[in-house]
Amino acid sequence: MAVKVIIPTPLRPYAGKQESVEMEAGTIREALAGLVTRFGELKKHLYSEEGRLRSFVNVYVNDEDIRYLEKEDTQLRDGDIVSIVPSIAGGTRE
Amino acid sequence: MATRIKVPNSTDAANPSGALSKEEIMRYSRHLIMPEVGMEGQLKLKHAKVLCIGTGGLGAPLGLYLAAAGVGRLGLVDFDSVDLTNLQRQILFDTNDIGRPKIEAAKNRLRNLNPDIQIDTFETRLTSENALDILKDYDIVVDGTDNFATRYLVNDACVILGKPNVYGSIFRFEGQITIFGNPGGPCYRCLYPEPPPPGLVPSCAEGGVLGVLPGIVGAIQAVETLKVIIGKGEPLVGRLLLFDALAMSFRELKLRKNPKCAVCGEHPTITKLIDYDEFCGIRGEESASPAQATVPEISPRELKSRLDRGDDLFVLDVREPHEFQICNLGGYLIPLGELSRRVNELDSSREIVAHCRSGKRSAEAVEFLRSAGFRKVLNLKGGILAWSDEVDASVPKY
Repeated sequence: MAVKVIIPTPLRPYAGKQESVEMEAGTIREALAGLVTRFGELKKHLYSEEGRLRSFVNVYVNDEDIRYLEKEDTQLRDGDIVSIVPSIAGGTRE
Repeated sequence: MATRIKVPNSTDAANPSGALSKEEIMRYSRHLIMPEVGMEGQLKLKHAKVLCIGTGGLGAPLGLYLAAAGVGRLGLVDFDSVDLTNLQRQILFDTNDIGRPKIEAAKNRLRNLNPDIQIDTFETRLTSENALDILKDYDIVVDGTDNFATRYLVNDACVILGKPNVYGSIFRFEGQITIFGNPGGPCYRCLYPEPPPPGLVPSCAEGGVLGVLPGIVGAIQAVETLKVIIGKGEPLVGRLLLFDALAMSFRELKLRKNPKCAVCGEHPTITKLIDYDEFCGIRGEESASPAQATVPEISPRELKSRLDRGDDLFVLDVREPHEFQICNLGGYLIPLGELSRRVNELDSSREIVAHCRSGKRSAEAVEFLRSAGFRKVLNLKGGILAWSDEVDASVPKY
């Protein structure tokens, strides 16, 4: 399935500074794996050392949170938009 | 069907002692002539009590618009003082306020804007010890803070007290806005059960914020706050609004209440406020990153004297190219994010001194290089900021 993955600003430095990536993927798991294969540095920001999706990174298919669908097994359809939405705290302190 | 948020303690609009004066009628006439607000809505505003946590980038437009709109009682919480870097976005303050406590400058500005409202000030950091006491007197809490620990604290306190939490957060060009909590809506922990560990939070390399962004996000928080008070429209509950100023786009994601949420779920495990610094893996604001505490360092003065002596040192700058343009120490530039890919550009036989702006990113760089087999790598302690303080004041700080 041809899908578009939207990369949030905080993760763009680890994804070749791209705002979004078009790719072929049948499930969320495949889409994220494809992303991590393409951009190795993204891996530690998306997955814990045990290989679980991090709890401060949410993934949506269109406007629905995958935690309330089939999680990473959520099926994708042509034209789906996958959003990665990490928590941001605001402010400008280091 | 519109979701209604019950505002606790809202005063009866028929209460004659709370009626608008002739001058107030003039002041709020552009509200009063709209049926959605009208006299009823304006009286609700007059009797509303809103607590703004933070008077910075988000708190500035919030405070200004809520005061201008006639919110009768406005609480402000902040412990900071105004500094020069705030003025790029914190429009409550002007240049003459530099060095003043934000609370004092904010109160002054808001009192001038609207002398008819009551402004309560809390010049303190919000903590687990004082939060419930500060929040309890207000109908609505607006979160304009800038760190994860306070955000979880505000969330949990709002859930415990059953108060709506009008949330906004910003990063560079992006904002997230929603109303958490009361009644029965999702909370911050439903959205993000845990904060990122400190090492993984995007560091200063990706920091910064477009000055107008908190203006827009804070103004949206103000709109939502006013809507909750007057009970009109469709509140931003169960929806996370994402704003991208670069793309100039708004998107909306569904926000669901998590039945397993630790604080608002069916079987909550958090029933009182906890230690939020510990929860967020930090010990105080100035705490160093784990890497910073362990990697070998060199002080700016020592680096200067060794360079003057002609020692063979390779200065590695791990900041971003746009930061290099602001100022530099003549080092070789490889941004931290590119280091693993470009490590072959470095000669492991030479002694390397890595630096960034403050010493945090370069500590990570040093840690990475050591794990990659580099033996002689040092972190410039305090980065360019310390270099400017201790060696060369002509290097600008940013």
